[in-house]
Amino acid sequence: MSGISGAIAVVGIGEPEQIGIIPDKTVNQLMAEASKAAIEDAGLTKDDIDTVYSHGGPAANIAEYLGLMPVRGIDTTSAGGASNPIQLQHAAAMIAAGMAETVLITHAGNNRSGRRASGQLSMGGGGNSWDTPIGLIGPPTNYALAARRHMHEFGTTSEQLAELAVSTRRWAEMNPRAMMRDPIDIDDVLDSRMIADPLHLLDCCLVCDAAASVVVTSAERARDLKQQPIYLLGAGEGHTHVNIWQMEDMNRTAARESGDIAFAMAGIDRADIDVAQIYDAFTSEAICIVEDLGFCEKGEGGPYMEGGRTGPGGDFPMNTQGGGLSFNHPGTFGIWTMVEAVRQLRHEYEGTDRQVADAELAISHANGGHLNHQVSLIWGREAS
Amino acid sequence: MTQETLPPKPLPTPDFDTEPFWTALKEHKLRLQRCADCEKAYFYPRSLCPHCWSDNVQWERMSGRGTVYTYTIVRRAPHRAFTDDVPFVIAVVELEEGPRMPVNLVDCPVDDVRVEMAVEIVFEDINDEITMPRFRPIGG
Repeated sequence: MSGISGAIAVVGIGEPEQIGIIPDKTVNQLMAEASKAAIEDAGLTKDDIDTVYSHGGPAANIAEYLGLMPVRGIDTTSAGGASNPIQLQHAAAMIAAGMAETVLITHAGNNRSGRRASGQLSMGGGGNSWDTPIGLIGPPTNYALAARRHMHEFGTTSEQLAELAVSTRRWAEMNPRAMMRDPIDIDDVLDSRMIADPLHLLDCCLVCDAAASVVVTSAERARDLKQQPIYLLGAGEGHTHVNIWQMEDMNRTAARESGDIAFAMAGIDRADIDVAQIYDAFTSEAICIVEDLGFCEKGEGGPYMEGGRTGPGGDFPMNTQGGGLSFNHPGTFGIWTMVEAVRQLRHEYEGTDRQVADAELAISHANGGHLNHQVSLIWGREAS
Repeated sequence: MTQETLPPKPLPTPDFDTEPFWTALKEHKLRLQRCADCEKAYFYPRSLCPHCWSDNVQWERMSGRGTVYTYTIVRRAPHRAFTDDVPFVIAVVELEEGPRMPVNLVDCPVDDVRVEMAVEIVFEDINDEITMPRFRPIGG
């Protein structure tokens, strides 16, 4: 073990009651509801928060809105879906260095209801002279390029992608907060309309409104608080590109490096992981990352998904809340990979099939942009 | 949806880095930068070699030939401006000289596109300022 392993813990998590389609709330209102819930969950008060990190709006804005100013630190890391988990790693370093004590990390997105019908395409905000004029706009077109290359190199099939969508839906069926809870089978995925070949509609994550917050503090302080602390044992991040066509190899993400760093820091093996929360913006993306994290060989992610391996009762339980594919995805999903890892390790679902029995160790992994940003976090019920 | 209601498709905005690239396209030539020190060609244009950081970079005409590294057939318009274009193909083309470029593939039924297919550049004059580089299969 090394670095910040075991030095900090998540002590509070919270979400607003509403999820899915929330036409009557701003992102600040949603972050406020999530943050109140997380701070209450921790058994703390607003006065205990000395640092605010956010994604979905500038951290200073939400810190002021919540009346948390003055604070010692802010961070508005912009790395798409990886932003909040990257902030978790930053928070761990700051707390371990004594430069922060209790950090609030928050996110809200209203991509469903806040979407504006724009007349003109902008070159700003992610667009550029290379992508936008040729229609390389938005996640499906970008991720489809990588999915096609994976199929070409490794023979990955649409049926194998569909396996992950089906297994993930089976978890969502047990989550009353999930947007999509009707059972599906492989044919349903293959028969859903093609968005950007080879990605069908049911290979793609949802677009919705949602929010969540996480409170982290030092392991020492965590032991005196209300909840079973869930300790951060390992953390790593990596970044490879902004434009997906700048990737040297579209089948190889920085999840390999982020995973290696995190596992080395935690001092555990892949086989020790009881439950995995791996960002699933698209079936193909999650499969590539499962490979890069070393849970199977590169190129074998397709066959690895077969037989419901990641679903309830499978030997690699993954995305046990239903993931971005079936639970929720308000533009970015990173914070829910952490929230679900914490809930599983707290054994919050004890007595139901959703609980991975005796879960002691979990990984949450988030992906941002178009495979641009990767962050791996390893969690445990014990600090070492 | 009628043509009149669609917003215009966005066009590239040349800047100090990219103006020579777009000017060459107007002349129906594909020119990219190559580093005179490490000898690597690269895309997109920038003021220094991204490989070795040399400032000694020169514009050079490329063959305009390459292969499809990967592609997608876009079936659902990613923006209203592309409503009348679907289905259309976005490909990442690897040029003979090495760099990869994102482009639209044309003159080919969408279902006939394959990874590693040989392609060549064609030039589509959009207006007096902008010519877009497209690629089509070599030899039909």
